[in-house]
Amino acid sequence: MQVISAENISKKYIINHQGIRKSATLRDVVSETVNGLFSKKKQEFIPREQQKEEFWALKDVSFTINQGDRIGIVGHNGAGKSTLLKILSRITDPSTGEVSINGRVASLLEVGTGFHPELTGRENIFLNGAILGMDKGEIKKSFDAIVDFAGVEKFLDTPVKRYSSGMYVRLGFAIAAHLEPEIMIIDEVLAVGDAEFQKKCLGKMRDVSESGRTLLFVSHNLTAIQALCNKSFYFEKGRLLDQGDTTHIINTYLSRVSHKKLERSWETPESAPGNDQIRVKSFRLLPDYVDNLTHIDVRTPMQVQFEFWNMVEDAQLNLSLHLYSYTGECIFNVGTSSQPYGKGIMVGTLEIPGHFLNDGSYMISIMVVKDTSSVIYNMEEALTFDIEDYRENVTWYGKWPGYIRPQLNFSLCQTESVVND
Amino acid sequence: MAHRITIKAGGSEKDYWRDLWMNRQLLWILSKRDISVRYKQTLLGIAWSVIRPMMTMLIMAVVFSLIAKLPPDPGIPYPLMILGSLTIWTFFSGSFSQISNSIVLNSNLVSKVYFPRLLMPLSAVSVGFIDFLISLGLFMGLSIYYGQVPSINIIFLPIFVVLTFLCSLGFGLFFAVINVRFRDIGQLIPFIVQIGMYICPIAYSTRLVLEDHPTFYKFYIMNPVVGIIDGFKWCLLGNNSYFDPTSLYSTIFVSSIALFLSVMYFRKKENTFVDHI
Repeated sequence: MQVISAENISKKYIINHQGIRKSATLRDVVSETVNGLFSKKKQEFIPREQQKEEFWALKDVSFTINQGDRIGIVGHNGAGKSTLLKILSRITDPSTGEVSINGRVASLLEVGTGFHPELTGRENIFLNGAILGMDKGEIKKSFDAIVDFAGVEKFLDTPVKRYSSGMYVRLGFAIAAHLEPEIMIIDEVLAVGDAEFQKKCLGKMRDVSESGRTLLFVSHNLTAIQALCNKSFYFEKGRLLDQGDTTHIINTYLSRVSHKKLERSWETPESAPGNDQIRVKSFRLLPDYVDNLTHIDVRTPMQVQFEFWNMVEDAQLNLSLHLYSYTGECIFNVGTSSQPYGKGIMVGTLEIPGHFLNDGSYMISIMVVKDTSSVIYNMEEALTFDIEDYRENVTWYGKWPGYIRPQLNFSLCQTESVVND
Repeated sequence: MAHRITIKAGGSEKDYWRDLWMNRQLLWILSKRDISVRYKQTLLGIAWSVIRPMMTMLIMAVVFSLIAKLPPDPGIPYPLMILGSLTIWTFFSGSFSQISNSIVLNSNLVSKVYFPRLLMPLSAVSVGFIDFLISLGLFMGLSIYYGQVPSINIIFLPIFVVLTFLCSLGFGLFFAVINVRFRDIGQLIPFIVQIGMYICPIAYSTRLVLEDHPTFYKFYIMNPVVGIIDGFKWCLLGNNSYFDPTSLYSTIFVSSIALFLSVMYFRKKENTFVDHI
């Protein structure tokens, strides 16, 4: 059964270039009008259309969502994801187009919407619940569960302004999690809270999705989207560029967003970077993609290739390669053995196995070393690449800690059983 | 429960009033919120609702009765007359300014969650209404002190309370919408209320206007609030209190037109609040 169908919805905003602020004062409007009337500098008159620029936050978006679908929405910042959620939650009207929704909608665009700092936790549960569309009976019924989920029993009668930000967020999410709408709309709320709480939230969202309710979920946590959503939408610049199976969409998204430099090559030694001893021919990162993906994830084995023109006769050469995290910590440094080579084209190859590096962004720098001691050429940031997360059979989607994520033999077994008579 | 909605450009859907009714619990909770937050972290708490009208009444009685020597209506103690008009005037002006600010003050809700926006101005009246009830209690106390028996006219009191509400809603809604776009309204409102204090029969009796400026009188009673205040005092103080029923024509006429237009305007604009707030 179709629960949401959107036809050609667009949302237009007007951007003023005259410095008229969003909430312009009457004085501004009046004085501008008066200035306009009396201004003699006619040649400086700018037509109104040019002062105002239209900005389409969403443009001709159409889709249908069936009952029980769990839709992940991905895209860059400003791609129109939040605008879409605002339209579906009826907070703002589309400029054109029409959406029909069949079912009760609860939208969670912010945690703790309408919390009043002066009111106690208890009072805020009723306030926020009512704002999110629960009736008093429903709130009473799930009151204990909410308090338990948020873990704020002791502070129920404390004004929320004295809550730590963590408690505030937990309480906010706990209330929303106990809504029982047919359609649930969630905007990036998992960006807050500690890892343990995020886990709880995602677990709750999984329950929601498994109970056959419809879920729309915007997040930059692709691991969570992958785990929770069966379908996804990809937005770019206000348009719905692609929709379909989540794995496919995430692949599309990642291949468009990552700032990778996987290959750099030069035709001739003259145009190539280097010096009179070394000229770079190419840097290459050759991933051996798994599952027909087009992005690198933690499973993907890779080969780093470095070709260069050696212009030194009888040189004792070796390569040294550093791998850095994006924050600049060196994760490892490896070197080849030092051997004498003649003039010609040299190729260095390094294998980086799959299941070795953790997800994240990395850069590689390469040095050519002569006589094991003098660096004759050093290329910083020769290659940059991203490794995406991939997990199987886990219900935890927080950031996996550590720089590396090796698969080691690690086992657990029971050596003795306690039998209760 | 089948719950079908259509969202499209330019306008909320037709079930708006049903939606409003279904959200009456939220109206109640928002009102309760405003009331319970009112005197948080104050020492005197609800006592402020007693102190404010008492002090205002005392000062006005001193200035207008003792110093300016204005005559009250026959047989009515000046302080009682002032407290009567202050009670309803404060309800009107308080509701009016609360309604005007209601959308802006709830901007965090406007940008994050949907409900019929009319709930915000409606709930904004609650605080003023509690103050009104307290002030009315004070009035009753004071009339016992002066040995005044409440008039039978008091059965009409609810009518005037409802009229006050509708009138403040009629004007307030309009300003609430403009306030979203132009925050100047926030500055303007206290000024309007201050002027209102003088052009309404609060510190003096309408009888004085009629007797001293008969030509000006017919313009004076065009002010829709004049009829409300005089009628309210008439309910409480009996027939000695000056009340010209014809002044209600303007009250009813102006209020209903203002209410009709401002509700239309509000509904037309409410879905764009979020874009300007």
